[in-house]
Amino acid sequence: MKIIVCIKQVPDTAKVKIDKVTGTLMREQVPSIINPDDKHALEEALRIKDRHKDVKVIAISMGPPQAEVALIEAIAKGADEAYLLTDKVFAGSDTYATAKVLAAGIKYIGDYDLIFCGRQAIDGDTAHVGPQLAERLGIPQITYVKELEIDGKQVIAKRALEDGYFVIKANMPVLLTAIKELNRPRYPSIKGIYEGCKGDRIHILTAKDLNLDENTVGLKASPTHVSRTFAPTIDKRELEFLEGTPREQVRHLIVRLKEEKII
Amino acid sequence: MDFNFNREHEIVQKVMREFAEKEIKPIAAEIDRTGRFPRESLDKMARYHMMGIPIPTEYGGAGGDDLAYIIAVEELSKVCATTGIILSTHTSLVCWPILEYGTEEQKKKYLIPLAKGEKLGAFALTEPNAGTDAAAQQTRAVLKGNNYILNGTKVFVTNGGEADLYIIFAVTDREKRHRGISAFLVEKDTPGFSIGKIEDKMGIRGSSTAELILRDCVVPKENLLGEEGQGFKIAMATLDGGRIGVAAQALGIAEGALEETIKYVKDRKQFGRPLAKFQGLQWIIADMHVEIEAAKLLVYKAAYNKMKGLPYNKEAAMAKLFASKTAMKVTTQCVQLHGGYGYIKDYPVERMMRDAKITEIYEGTNQVQQMVIASNILK
Amino acid sequence: MTGIADGISMVCSADQEASPMVHKELEDYKGVWVLAEQREGNLLDVAIELIGEGRKIADKLNTELTAILLGYQVEALADKLIKYGADKVIYGESQLLETYTTDAYTKVLSQLIQERKPEIFLIGGTKIGRDLAPRVAARVHTCLTADCTELDVDLENRRLLKTKPAFSGNLMATIICPNHRPQMATIRPGVMEKAKYDDNRRGKIEKFVPQLKEEDIRTRVIEYIKESSLQMKLEEAKIIVAGGRGLGGPEGFKLLEKLAEKLGGVIGASRAAVEAGWISQEHQIGQTGKTVRPELYIACGISGAIQHTAGMKDSKRIVAINKDKNAPIFHIADYGIVGDVHEVIPELILALDNVEEIMEIAREQ
Repeated sequence: MKIIVCIKQVPDTAKVKIDKVTGTLMREQVPSIINPDDKHALEEALRIKDRHKDVKVIAISMGPPQAEVALIEAIAKGADEAYLLTDKVFAGSDTYATAKVLAAGIKYIGDYDLIFCGRQAIDGDTAHVGPQLAERLGIPQITYVKELEIDGKQVIAKRALEDGYFVIKANMPVLLTAIKELNRPRYPSIKGIYEGCKGDRIHILTAKDLNLDENTVGLKASPTHVSRTFAPTIDKRELEFLEGTPREQVRHLIVRLKEEKII
Repeated sequence: MDFNFNREHEIVQKVMREFAEKEIKPIAAEIDRTGRFPRESLDKMARYHMMGIPIPTEYGGAGGDDLAYIIAVEELSKVCATTGIILSTHTSLVCWPILEYGTEEQKKKYLIPLAKGEKLGAFALTEPNAGTDAAAQQTRAVLKGNNYILNGTKVFVTNGGEADLYIIFAVTDREKRHRGISAFLVEKDTPGFSIGKIEDKMGIRGSSTAELILRDCVVPKENLLGEEGQGFKIAMATLDGGRIGVAAQALGIAEGALEETIKYVKDRKQFGRPLAKFQGLQWIIADMHVEIEAAKLLVYKAAYNKMKGLPYNKEAAMAKLFASKTAMKVTTQCVQLHGGYGYIKDYPVERMMRDAKITEIYEGTNQVQQMVIASNILK
Repeated sequence: MTGIADGISMVCSADQEASPMVHKELEDYKGVWVLAEQREGNLLDVAIELIGEGRKIADKLNTELTAILLGYQVEALADKLIKYGADKVIYGESQLLETYTTDAYTKVLSQLIQERKPEIFLIGGTKIGRDLAPRVAARVHTCLTADCTELDVDLENRRLLKTKPAFSGNLMATIICPNHRPQMATIRPGVMEKAKYDDNRRGKIEKFVPQLKEEDIRTRVIEYIKESSLQMKLEEAKIIVAGGRGLGGPEGFKLLEKLAEKLGGVIGASRAAVEAGWISQEHQIGQTGKTVRPELYIACGISGAIQHTAGMKDSKRIVAINKDKNAPIFHIADYGIVGDVHEVIPELILALDNVEEIMEIAREQ
């Protein structure tokens, strides 16, 4: 069985700072990490590899050259091989354009049985790339997977909903997107880090290698444009004592919370 | 000159930091309170090849280097000094001398399971009457046929009672003073080997510190580490490396305490504003940061020298001396900045201050470090 | 752009790319659509929120609002959608649309878009909407913005300004789609104002039977299992109702449970309450317990010692209920109620049953 896992290197949003004046991200000194949902995607692939014979796990990422570190970590966790799709012309890709490049990378790698993605990345928070990639590849998708069983050439997935879950069956090949309930990701092993850093299992592919015309990728091929970014207005806490009888107090409270759409 | 980590070290640091935060920190207060040895942490560390970081892969290690290992001890010690010293003892004081002085058979039999983390190691040099004066060993080893018979008592053995393999030093030729000391690899199930008292300590309470009792302990001749009479040299060389581990532990404790304190002074308000806004406290925090950075440079430099095959005897002593003093000073001040909350067990700085003290004492007291440094520069 | 024949999408070739449209083509796209998501025959709240927001946008653009309804034997919902404010409902009925599947819904919606050409299409950002929308957008080769919390229009060039949080809420981004139509977005549930029901509204309902086959659906839903949110983890809860020493005993936590249930929240506790044995340790929040960051934290009878506040001070909104007006918890609270928790909490539980009425009264005042 061949499993391809799409991973993205993202800034650790827990440590992100925003320039309040320009409304842009201050990326300096923000550590880069493998996107959290993608760690669950990779973990599930590695668990399948742990349980079944002849499973090959391949990690793939589109990003700048530094994103190689994310792939080293994937190898250090147990992935067999990794592909970094990197080219200046990929810059500025929205999810639509990203899915296109990833699809080209996957076709370059060849056939596969399963593709895993994380549900969404913590930088853009879109959850688009999984379904858009599945559409590009013409394969079915199961998103929000919280439990997975492999039965021969079939998958049986529990797919989370707001009030429960669907049990879904599908034949391979299929693309699955992982949520954090799916598993608990392992750490990269120290030995694996040294192996990954040798670089011999990481393949670098450019637009040319993938036969992608520079006019059909990147910013130019992205339907969405960011018109502006700004820092969210953070309201400073200001205590308001709610007056009246207990009944009046709670009524005031409900009105406030309702107006703020907290409840 | 280059002060940057290479890529391996950057990733090791990131991974160790996450591992320490998520796996070690949550139990740090509990193992301190109960004095329980954190066996489950060692199993997790074994899984990720953290128990033999600088040991080559052919001997079961991670194939990393000394700096990566030092980073691991530092990161673990930021959240739990107990876990830091267990790893440091195991790696520096047991795996390393077997790699350096062991025969191929000894490496296969002992180093591989140790470096894989399947077995745990301990180092037994100190005796009731041989502390800083390590050459005054009273434990005797007498060759009888194919075995050495060991008799004596060792104290303050870190990982004692929990370890599977002990490196034990004993006198084989009293006449030759320190040139008559030899090192032995002793398995815990060896006849005549037993664990005595387990110490009840001020700090690093989750680690085990035990007395070893050797009564006609029968050690096969092939378990002599190095040559007969080479023991003192092995012990001193081993402690040079161990000191870098303890220095990294001290550095980690100081960093961990400062991190907790920065969080606290930003939150805690008095006179209507956070403590962090008081200039008098800012000065203390700035000084602590500088001292930690200075300690860090010394620790990394010592690890770098060892890694590059350069002399590191003085560097290790300086790193250990300065980092341990920094740990003690920083943790004491961090407790002070926490006020009354620093004196209770709800806040980790209370534990960190107790943990810090031992770093000024073990693997050579700071006075020993000063002797080492002085002897290097007054040569 | 080519239509997709059989619900089996093909790998895109160059001529199917999202090539920018010229001005004339953009003008072919007219009207605002919203997807009215239903589950088991019930409209989701977000559908009514989308009608509310869609109505505003359609009015600004001086165009029609159409609600798209897909399902099986849910025609009654179509009429409701009109009453809530849609000018028109397009209702696709098929047994194969009864339960959501990516393939069936994508096929039907993509064909509708390609035939009818709406200029804007809004979908609720539910766990289903966010599966469906990107698949549809990829198939019809247009733009999509996820999880929008604010919409506006640039009237000059009829652009939808789609604002969404990014970087885990650290940054807001306004996204536009200059050269592609429809302009698609998923909208975060619970953010937009719900449309008002008006029995007098009239509109057109167009029912059709989509061409769907069993083989179109490659992911088969075997079961739909319902789970309550009560087992939710403290760290993941959006609403936390926490109790402290002021609750007076374990029965105080019984009261809190009722409140938590009403709010769909989870129970938290201070160390004092845990150590008194009123509630188990896994509920403990603070320095020696868990660190939480919910949307709403209601501290009941908690004094607010720094050990407790260390674990909850980053909550988005903090409500403190305490007898002592000088309790430190009020220093970090947004709303304070000085009073006895045993009086205030039952009133709060009661009031939560009458939220609509309370809001109505508040509006009148």
